[in-house]
Amino acid sequence: MLAMIDLGPHAAYIWGSYGAVALVLAALVAWLWFDGRRQRRLLAELESRGVRRRSDRG
Amino acid sequence: MQNQSITQRLANPTRFMQLTDWLMPLTAAIAVVVIAAGLYLALFVAPPDYQQGETVKIMFIHVPSAWLGMMGYLMIAISSFGLLVFRHPLADVSAKAAAPIGAAFTLLALITGSLWGKPMWGTYWVWDARLTSVLILFFLYLGLMALRSALDDESLAAKQAAVLGLVGVVILPIIKFSVDWWNTLHQPASVVKLDGPAIHSSILVPLLVNAVGFSILFLALHMKAMRNEVLRRRVKALRLAEVERAAKRERTAAAPAE
Repeated sequence: MLAMIDLGPHAAYIWGSYGAVALVLAALVAWLWFDGRRQRRLLAELESRGVRRRSDRG
Repeated sequence: MQNQSITQRLANPTRFMQLTDWLMPLTAAIAVVVIAAGLYLALFVAPPDYQQGETVKIMFIHVPSAWLGMMGYLMIAISSFGLLVFRHPLADVSAKAAAPIGAAFTLLALITGSLWGKPMWGTYWVWDARLTSVLILFFLYLGLMALRSALDDESLAAKQAAVLGLVGVVILPIIKFSVDWWNTLHQPASVVKLDGPAIHSSILVPLLVNAVGFSILFLALHMKAMRNEVLRRRVKALRLAEVERAAKRERTAAAPAE
């Protein structure tokens, strides 16, 4: 569908802009996603070793 | 309880995590739908501009990126104020989380701007007031992130980053009014104007839909980054608790020998 659009003589600049937005936003989403997974894994490891925060011990 | 404001109710990180557990995916889903609609309007419906031709399509992503680059910094400034004045427990989490997202949108404003500048102005870059002030905004983001990573003491880093964040907010009016105060190659404001937008609705509507979609995406990303930061601080607290417990065990084991 995208190939059907004729963007004229400056098409490369237009597609370059949209590509840059897609790339940077995808990298941002991926970084946040993997960072979240990593923190959850670290938290689960610590909790499985029986480590509790003082506030959780009651 | 009912007299509490939303900010007070969200002051508890656990409550924030419970709320954003469902609010974040919902916000992200809405952002995807609105951005999809915005991109459809931008690429398939909006007509070419009478002067700029099809390159006007770059505007549909350039302008929202630039707005959000500035909004990210405004969020940092408000959060910094919240930390320094009200000692809100999540203010520093919010300020820290907003920096890389704001930096990414500012970078996109710079990249898409230069890709728009080449065919329209004949150059990727000029040192005019608007472009230079946005570049300074990008460096401010990098400075804030570098400052945090340079300091091990998290509460000291929070305070120092908050002061820099508040001082740096002066860049926002400079960016906004740079096109009025100085002679710039960059065009003056055409959407946010006292006498109303100077753009035809066929181009204004896709732009605004994209701007709303990008803004909702920003909120979803910010919530996710804040959630990650809350988890990171929990991991750090647990590691400290583990070290303290080990030290205590060592002390009690060594005590009878003394």
